[in-house]
Amino acid sequence: MTGRIIGISGPTVSVDLAGLRLYERVAVGHAGLMGEVVRLERERAVVQVYESTRGLCIGEPVAGTGAQLTVRVGPGLLNQMFDGLQRPLAALREAQGPFIRPGGGRDVPLRPQPLRFVAARQPGDRIADGEVLGYVEEGPFRHEIRATGGAGILRSISGGECAEDVPVAEFEDGRSILAWHEWPVRVPRPYRRKLSRFEPLVTGQRCIDFLFPLARGGSAIFPGGFGTGKTLLEQSIAKFADVDIVIYVGCGERGNEMAEMLDDFAVLNDPWSQRPLMSRTVVVVNTSNMPVAAREASIYTAATLAEYYRDQGLHVLLLADSLSRWAEALREISSALEEMPGEEGYPTYLASRMAEFFARAGVVETLDGGTGSLTVLLSISPPGGDFTEPVTQACLRNTGAFFMLDTALAHRRHFPAIHWFQSFSLYEADVAAHLDRQVAPDWSALRHETRALLQREESLREVAEIVGTEGLQDADRLLMRTAERVRREFLAQNAYTDDAFSTPAQTRGRILAILEGYREAAARIERGERLDEMPAAPAGAPAAQS
Amino acid sequence: MRLSRHSYSTLRSIQGPLVFVDSVIEARMGEVVTIVFPDGHETEGEVLRIERDTALIQVVGDSRGLDMDRTRIVFTDAVKRAPLSLAALNRVFSGSFQPLDGLPMFVPDAWAPVAGLPMNPVARARPQEMIETGFSTIDGLNTLVKGQKLPIFSCAGLPSREVAAGILEHARTAASSAGLATASVVVFVALGLAHHEYAYYRQTLERMHGEFVAFINLAQDPVVERLLAPRFGLTVAEHLAFTHGRDVLVVITDMTNYCDALREVSTAREELPGRRGYPGYLYSDLASLYERAGRIKQQPGSVTLLPVVTMPEDDITHPIPDLTGYITEGQIVLSRELHQRGIFPPVDVLPSLSRLMQQGIGPGRTREDHRAVANALYVHYASGRDLRRLEAIVGREGMGEGDRHMLDFADAFEREIVHQGAARRGIAETLDLSRALLARFGLLGP
Repeated sequence: MTGRIIGISGPTVSVDLAGLRLYERVAVGHAGLMGEVVRLERERAVVQVYESTRGLCIGEPVAGTGAQLTVRVGPGLLNQMFDGLQRPLAALREAQGPFIRPGGGRDVPLRPQPLRFVAARQPGDRIADGEVLGYVEEGPFRHEIRATGGAGILRSISGGECAEDVPVAEFEDGRSILAWHEWPVRVPRPYRRKLSRFEPLVTGQRCIDFLFPLARGGSAIFPGGFGTGKTLLEQSIAKFADVDIVIYVGCGERGNEMAEMLDDFAVLNDPWSQRPLMSRTVVVVNTSNMPVAAREASIYTAATLAEYYRDQGLHVLLLADSLSRWAEALREISSALEEMPGEEGYPTYLASRMAEFFARAGVVETLDGGTGSLTVLLSISPPGGDFTEPVTQACLRNTGAFFMLDTALAHRRHFPAIHWFQSFSLYEADVAAHLDRQVAPDWSALRHETRALLQREESLREVAEIVGTEGLQDADRLLMRTAERVRREFLAQNAYTDDAFSTPAQTRGRILAILEGYREAAARIERGERLDEMPAAPAGAPAAQS
Repeated sequence: MRLSRHSYSTLRSIQGPLVFVDSVIEARMGEVVTIVFPDGHETEGEVLRIERDTALIQVVGDSRGLDMDRTRIVFTDAVKRAPLSLAALNRVFSGSFQPLDGLPMFVPDAWAPVAGLPMNPVARARPQEMIETGFSTIDGLNTLVKGQKLPIFSCAGLPSREVAAGILEHARTAASSAGLATASVVVFVALGLAHHEYAYYRQTLERMHGEFVAFINLAQDPVVERLLAPRFGLTVAEHLAFTHGRDVLVVITDMTNYCDALREVSTAREELPGRRGYPGYLYSDLASLYERAGRIKQQPGSVTLLPVVTMPEDDITHPIPDLTGYITEGQIVLSRELHQRGIFPPVDVLPSLSRLMQQGIGPGRTREDHRAVANALYVHYASGRDLRRLEAIVGREGMGEGDRHMLDFADAFEREIVHQGAARRGIAETLDLSRALLARFGLLGP
């Protein structure tokens, strides 16, 4: 079934092909560019093309594939880097050189190394849907291969090296099970039910873990103007988060930054398991100069990969930098389709698309009764640093935590530049209760004390602006001095030193030391001693970074 | 695939730089067309959009004099490409790659599409070799590295050209203390510049005795050329860097004129305007230029990009500096206040940033103490600046001794480190001066 191109506008083309279905994948032009049907009319279909449309000619052929845009899931994906359409970038580089050419890479194999399948069941066994048939050893993971498509009796199962198109097992009813399968990117993967259980997801960032904790299966956004350290914070969390699998999406961001991150990740170990960081990581990257439509798809590609690991009963963290670029891609495509614009030119379905995406996060009971979680952490780049814009606002209605990155803090080189009054976490009560048990019973109490101290400093600061710090009473000056220490030595964290990662116990130890020093000095002032005569607290190195 | 050039006189409408042509057989997206005016002279155009047999064409150059009946549009079946050769060195071209220096056009070795191809992120080498610019505020506090894109954010009336020219003249890489002049090439792209500004840059290019390629679009030249010139510049830069292994420094000034040209064309196309009338795809379009900076693994050569952006109304949240800042790896921000106090270069280090600095400095690259010195300067200068607000309210007398000390430090920092006039400072000198200043104020750590 082939048709012809009858119109080209930006990243979309019109084709005169009948019989296409909405969201069907099509091959466009002589080069076979990948596209997806986004609108159907009697006379024509509109296709969103995932590669540059430059040089495409009216009349070039277009062919439907009968399938949707899918992601291939299975063993061997970890430690790899894909573009928004899941083309393996390392293999693409070998095939095409340092620059990405349109139309290539579809034949490039997904896995660099051969993998061995170990059978755990025998022919004749009765297998339920989603049950484990065997596994593939993949770095630190025992990657389970499960039955799909319903229950049945095994006819055969074969261990040994597994190829992409050779079944590892067959059922009596003729169905065969491959180690890999395709899953449509826009369809959430199934699970038995969602659980409302909020266990801590330790990020290693003191400000987050202590003040605005994140829960496994939760979601968080961190909006910030440029230079507020979104990417650095996102990468730090990708390095140190206490999860099994990290899916990192570079969505419309900088290429050099991705090169830096890959360099770092290649030499670092996961602090929790001491295994190489990349062995738990999949990177999906569509830099800002790669085609816009693939940027739109990259978020869904990543979510599908993440759900696949969740269904293995693992704790997965999906990080995307940045959601604003995804929303802009949506706007660009919508505008090429000449749809009626909503706020700031974004399509009116922006908020509902986002809500659907946030709904993919959660703790679930998997099909085979295990528990897996998918946590979503998204950075947002609001234009002009203005948080009233549509993307931030749409996210705020859906997210469980909000870390506001503050330009003033960033200019002072206070990183992570998380504003301690404007940010919030809806998980704090649940998570703090867990940490009271896991770390120390005074965790919640210390949090309240720190919060109160920072609050009090804020109001004192207003007074000090009028009378000067010298005009304050000793007790108040001590408090301001302590709050300064909390900011410099506790909330700020230098991502380029050993301080970049802090366990909950270390976090507690550090705040406790500051607060104990404060309590002691406050007691001495109470007894009539003067602040200026007391020895200054041992000043920690300023944690600022440039 | 078409086999020949097609010629049409079936114009449907002409709107400013845009022409709609009907009954076109098999037009190509981005195809170059030749527009033959009624009086016989020719200019180029590019296909922007196609709907069945109607093609929308953007005229590069002046569209005055076009008419509906006698104008002919010739479709060439090729996308816009740049001629490439080492013979382009030390030549001056227009925004549509025509020689402006009176010499004949060179014979190209190769042609490459001007739009470029995205670099595979796994092929990118991490930028980590410092480029010494000779300015303390950049080298010491916002270090530039090879393969980086670092814009200069300026305001109308600030000496951005002196800063850019200073960098052109003084830039050196660690590997070649002989200077950029011999190891490297400057690609200079002028977009909508006034003649006196161009003359200033022209003198700089001649004075530095190095190799350069210049693309000049002046204020009176066609607006659409401004969209093309940076792409020619970057295509030539990529060729010099990745085919001939040169370190290329690309200076584009002024990106604000580029964005305004894009807005003009977008409005003429009746596209939906985004913020301040700029098209919604401004981010992606700017990224298609800025992201061409970089290095390739296991290959010599680099493209380093220094765009100059004049912030309209001195507003850093204006879409042009805002989107630029989101794409580039930091920014050098010039301050009107420092300029008025006679400080040159008037770089405000607090909003300035080089994201790639960390890899470019430290032992083996600059000096062991670089990071610590830079951090200390930042922290103390920032607190001094904070205190200035307090000083404005309570007056200097109302402040404690410690606070007054920090105010003095901030002043001294601006006078002695930021300000350097026409002198060039090496990185060692910058760090020594900074250490001395910190020590004088008792702020030098152990």
